[in-house]
Amino acid sequence: MDAFWIILTGSFVSISCGLLGSYLILRKMAMVGDAISHAVLPGIVIAFLISGQRDSLTMLVGAGILGVITTFLIEFFHQKGNLQTDASIGVTFTWLFALGIILISVYAGQVDLDQDCVLHGEIAYVPIDLWITASGKIIGPRAVFITGSVMIIVISFIAIGYKELFLTTFDPAFATVIGISTALWHYLLMGAVSLATVASFESVGAILVVALLIAPPATAYLLTEKFRPMLIITVLLGILISISGYYLAVSIDGSIAGAMSTVAGLLFALAFLFSPKEGIIITWLKNQARKKELS
Amino acid sequence: MEQFWEFLSFSEPNIRYVTFGSILLCGSAAVVGSFIFLKKKALVGDAVAHAVLPGVCLGFLLAGNKNPVLLVTGAFVTGWLSLVAIDYISAKSKIKEDTAIGLILSVFFGIGILLLTYIQHSGNAAQSGLDHFLFGKAAAMVSSDLNVFSGIAFMLIIAVVLFFKEFTLISFDIDFAKTIGFPVRRLELVLTTLTVLAIVAGIQAIGVVLMAAILITPAAAARFWTDNLKKMVFLSAAFGGVSGFAGAFISYAAPAMPTGPWIVMVISVIALFSFFFAPQKGIVMKLISRKKMENQIREENILKLLFQLGQKDGNYFQQRSVNEILAKRPFKPKQLISGLARLKKQGFLENGDGRWKFTRAGQKKGARMVKLHRLWEVYLTRYLRIASDHVHEDAETIEHIITPDLEAKLEKLLEYPVKDPHQSDIPYL
Repeated sequence: MDAFWIILTGSFVSISCGLLGSYLILRKMAMVGDAISHAVLPGIVIAFLISGQRDSLTMLVGAGILGVITTFLIEFFHQKGNLQTDASIGVTFTWLFALGIILISVYAGQVDLDQDCVLHGEIAYVPIDLWITASGKIIGPRAVFITGSVMIIVISFIAIGYKELFLTTFDPAFATVIGISTALWHYLLMGAVSLATVASFESVGAILVVALLIAPPATAYLLTEKFRPMLIITVLLGILISISGYYLAVSIDGSIAGAMSTVAGLLFALAFLFSPKEGIIITWLKNQARKKELS
Repeated sequence: MEQFWEFLSFSEPNIRYVTFGSILLCGSAAVVGSFIFLKKKALVGDAVAHAVLPGVCLGFLLAGNKNPVLLVTGAFVTGWLSLVAIDYISAKSKIKEDTAIGLILSVFFGIGILLLTYIQHSGNAAQSGLDHFLFGKAAAMVSSDLNVFSGIAFMLIIAVVLFFKEFTLISFDIDFAKTIGFPVRRLELVLTTLTVLAIVAGIQAIGVVLMAAILITPAAAARFWTDNLKKMVFLSAAFGGVSGFAGAFISYAAPAMPTGPWIVMVISVIALFSFFFAPQKGIVMKLISRKKMENQIREENILKLLFQLGQKDGNYFQQRSVNEILAKRPFKPKQLISGLARLKKQGFLENGDGRWKFTRAGQKKGARMVKLHRLWEVYLTRYLRIASDHVHEDAETIEHIITPDLEAKLEKLLEYPVKDPHQSDIPYL
């Protein structure tokens, strides 16, 4: 049963991250996703200090605000300070992440977080932290409900705003012409990314969540050219990653989140080599055949 | 405070090693980082920094202990591999570079975490302290580590000094470098090798997670203070050195604190200060100088307007109310009043019971503004053949910029014209 809860949580996390990540990589904003996932850390710690609870609404709100502030700061330094984008991203998120780690060390006694948790989460403990109602009935692991509800929020966000997100991603000029605010949907998407990052934080940590944001959609992107199938493949990959990541970690007694990222990387490598349309090997074979034809 | 003096006295040799080691590590990383910053590869640096973790773990697994040479070699190999992988993925598939960077960064780091937790659970006692590579711990350096890491740092600085001209060229104008026959590919190879080495050297003090900051942030801060590359490299080395020193002190004073985040905090505060307050380029300073320019333009416009009114009425020293001025040109009332007050302070205007009039100096300056405006209109119609009804807007802008030198040249070129294209008099005072 423990394995089931862990894999279920892992799947919820990778599905929410992967779906949002699909938009990020198509908008050439993969590194902004990386920056947000690091920069929400001080938000989490400060919200924790204020509310004293681990999975409160305050924490989601705190981190969500920090995520949007990060995007704003990156833009601000880039536009007002003439700082190039890559440096603007790099300086902003390292600074906020360092702040988060320092806060954790300073309030080590009061905050139930540690540096390991920041790096690779503690998904193995998911089944231990149960949600028990006032009447003493055990409903199930708390993390399953949190990550599950965030996944539902993310899916409904995409379902409701599908057209707007699609247009602002692929043809922002056209979207503006027909009256869709690109800025609004940009910040909504960033807010959703922050939310997914925070919800995933306890399970996979602030850094490895990037692997789940980027690797599954990048793999799916190599396998199809249509957007809807890309989203579906991303979801399937997310589930596959959680299952095989879990068993890899158990077999060598290592971090589950680390193993999930490793599997995500392996799947990408497979698609990169063997994708029927764009794989390196297929391209090479095609080139050989063409060479023979020409000679 | 007492602790600080005790630290500064370097009475313990260990403190001496750690302090100079940290300064050297952070300083040399900042030197190499300047070129990474200029080549706009900041995030690649971040990816490489994360990617050295699996190498450190593999080095440990091979050696069975924390042999610094093997750890460095392992880190170097995987760091290099990550760079190659990023280039290969973005060149050979439709995956964009930023996605490739994020992918390699997180996957390599994930593999590193998997290996690290595997090592930690394996029960090998020698592994304790391996996790210092995550967030860095300057004080944990022993003298053999220090020798290896400072050796690398020295090599980096010497290499940058030797290749300074070449690196400058490939950072700013790679096409030109190719054209004049520089071995560009080989030079880029040298620079990437130095990048990986800088990261490998720095991880003892800062850790892999935040290493990118020490490469990029000092350079980004230095860029706001100067346009001269040599000065920029020196400044960023100095910023890096200062934060390395701070890190060593924090490691000494508060052993429970992770060193890396504190070093990054120090360097980030320096950078944020530079972003806002550096003279000329800082955001606040730019705002202030823009405000000054706006004020100057407004003041000159007020003087010009008073002169035009005087010219029309034939009396330059008549007192005029604010409303009279506003009727002629729609200034914002508040801005007009503060502009008038400033002009009085500068001795160009006088006022009495709410009405304003020129002083001699004010009249002279007003005349000059009107003259510049009309001279430019003459120039545009005569030399650029622009219709006389299209020249006003342009003159309205340029009149605030023309220097006395340029003014003299214009007068001479146009042979002291007396009428502008709209048949108004050009005043010479």
